[in-house]
Amino acid sequence: MSLLFISSLQEGFGYGLLALGIYITFRILNTPDLTTDGSFGLGMAVSIVLTAAGHPVLSLAAALAAGALAGCVTGFLQTKVKIHPILAGILTMNGLYTVNLMITGGKSNVSSAAAISVFRIFEEKTGIMPEYVKAIVPFMFCAVGIAALAVFFKTRKGVAIRATGDNEDMVRASSVNADACKLTGLALGNACVALSGGIIGQSMSFFDVGYGTGMVVVGLASVIIGETIFGRRGVTAGFISAVAGSVIYRIFIALALKVELFPSYGLKLISAVIVVIALSLPAVKSWVQLRQTQKRERSRRC
Amino acid sequence: MLELREVRKTFYPGTPNEKKALNGIELHLDAGEFVTVIGSNGAGKSTLFNAIGGAFLIDSGVIQLDGRNITSMKEYKRAFDIGRLFQDTMKGTAPNMTIEENLALAYTRKAGRSFFAVNKRDKEYFRDLVKKLGLGLEDRMRTKVGQLSGGQRQAVSLLMAAIAQPKLLLLDEHTAALDPATAEKVLRITEDMIQKDKITTMMITHDIQAALRLGNRTVMMDEGRIIFDISGKEREEMTVEKLMECYEKNSRKKLENDRMLLHR
Repeated sequence: MSLLFISSLQEGFGYGLLALGIYITFRILNTPDLTTDGSFGLGMAVSIVLTAAGHPVLSLAAALAAGALAGCVTGFLQTKVKIHPILAGILTMNGLYTVNLMITGGKSNVSSAAAISVFRIFEEKTGIMPEYVKAIVPFMFCAVGIAALAVFFKTRKGVAIRATGDNEDMVRASSVNADACKLTGLALGNACVALSGGIIGQSMSFFDVGYGTGMVVVGLASVIIGETIFGRRGVTAGFISAVAGSVIYRIFIALALKVELFPSYGLKLISAVIVVIALSLPAVKSWVQLRQTQKRERSRRC
Repeated sequence: MLELREVRKTFYPGTPNEKKALNGIELHLDAGEFVTVIGSNGAGKSTLFNAIGGAFLIDSGVIQLDGRNITSMKEYKRAFDIGRLFQDTMKGTAPNMTIEENLALAYTRKAGRSFFAVNKRDKEYFRDLVKKLGLGLEDRMRTKVGQLSGGQRQAVSLLMAAIAQPKLLLLDEHTAALDPATAEKVLRITEDMIQKDKITTMMITHDIQAALRLGNRTVMMDEGRIIFDISGKEREEMTVEKLMECYEKNSRKKLENDRMLLHR
């Protein structure tokens, strides 16, 4: 297999968990949660610092928990303090910038290259080549994540969270605490995002304080690409298509970089453009329809 | 069953828009009573329901349900015993979820413990309930509710409100947005449900004929007050014309609500 394809799989599955997190907050909960940029960096910071200290596996669990906590903060701001969802996310994200630096002891760059990562452990146990391991391990995390989330969103609590995103009034009328549902959903989404940050961090063996910037757009692009290709269906299909979208997004980026369509620093702009194009499709469709109707009316008049 | 004492609520107090929406409401409902509520727009009917349901806290007074003081209870906690239905057929259901899932969510408060929301045991129960609606929805249990018609959706909402066997059912013009034939059908389903489970019910309607025909008690509201309250023999002898007279006498003004006059 070509190196290009392998690296796309590595990144695609690594950021796959990010796409899952975004799917939970943007699609299921139906709230634009901007905590993501901060919680991705949070997961990265926690994971790298603990890996450097010699706890690579524990570090991922810690990243997951830290992300959940960040989600809870946003959830608290949204439901109890009644701050607008977008602003609540921005506030948490901003606060997390400092928190992330506190975790690394004020250093904006931390390397864990000398320490043993989960990838190294897997490599030593199975004897598979490092390039493949870096795709297989994130894939396993995605597979387990999808399975666990798919089951969870069929349980009573899970159905209540989905309904909260769909019709909050109806959830309250059914005597279910909608605020608690929102909080749980945000915690779950950001836990996935932070875990993604942790895995990506360990695979690159470094933490950079600015790395999380723009992750919302990357995740959203993945979710939208998945939906464009596989359609909008149930939750389980949604999770699978989000991860698949993440892989396709990476393949697309890798190809574009290879033919030097844009420089490597053009990534964020391209991500933004992809999201804009995908989101503008319905508007374009109705505009085309309007033009066609106008044309028909004109020709009839003549 | 339901007891309201001196319930008051003023919106925008101290401003030129000040509105005394509830102006000392006194109401006592016995268990199993089915009360129809009439009155012109702005009389405070929906505000009364919102006060009972807990959409806002009242300024003064006491609300008791089945002997429990619920005056300061949170909305979603009151919903454990209160089922509500609105004119807007979109309000009662989650459109992107299936009929099954909607019912499962509504049933959550009273269902036995189970891991999955839609499980084998409940599924059968839901199917039976939906079948009784007689709308052919029992074969479409996995259809998204958003794809149903307004009438079908309202029937499902009704089922969702009743499935948890509430102590009190509040129906706020729940058939007003439906065509006459469908409205009749939904109304019949409502009546059957209420009679079968003996649910204490309050129903707001602008159809005075229906207000007198359905249930066993009728109250009329005006300017945040209950201006009269009839039941039993007095109610049986009541006609739409006499009711109008009563209204004019009690409120000393002409009925300004065309909808009330023109209906039938």
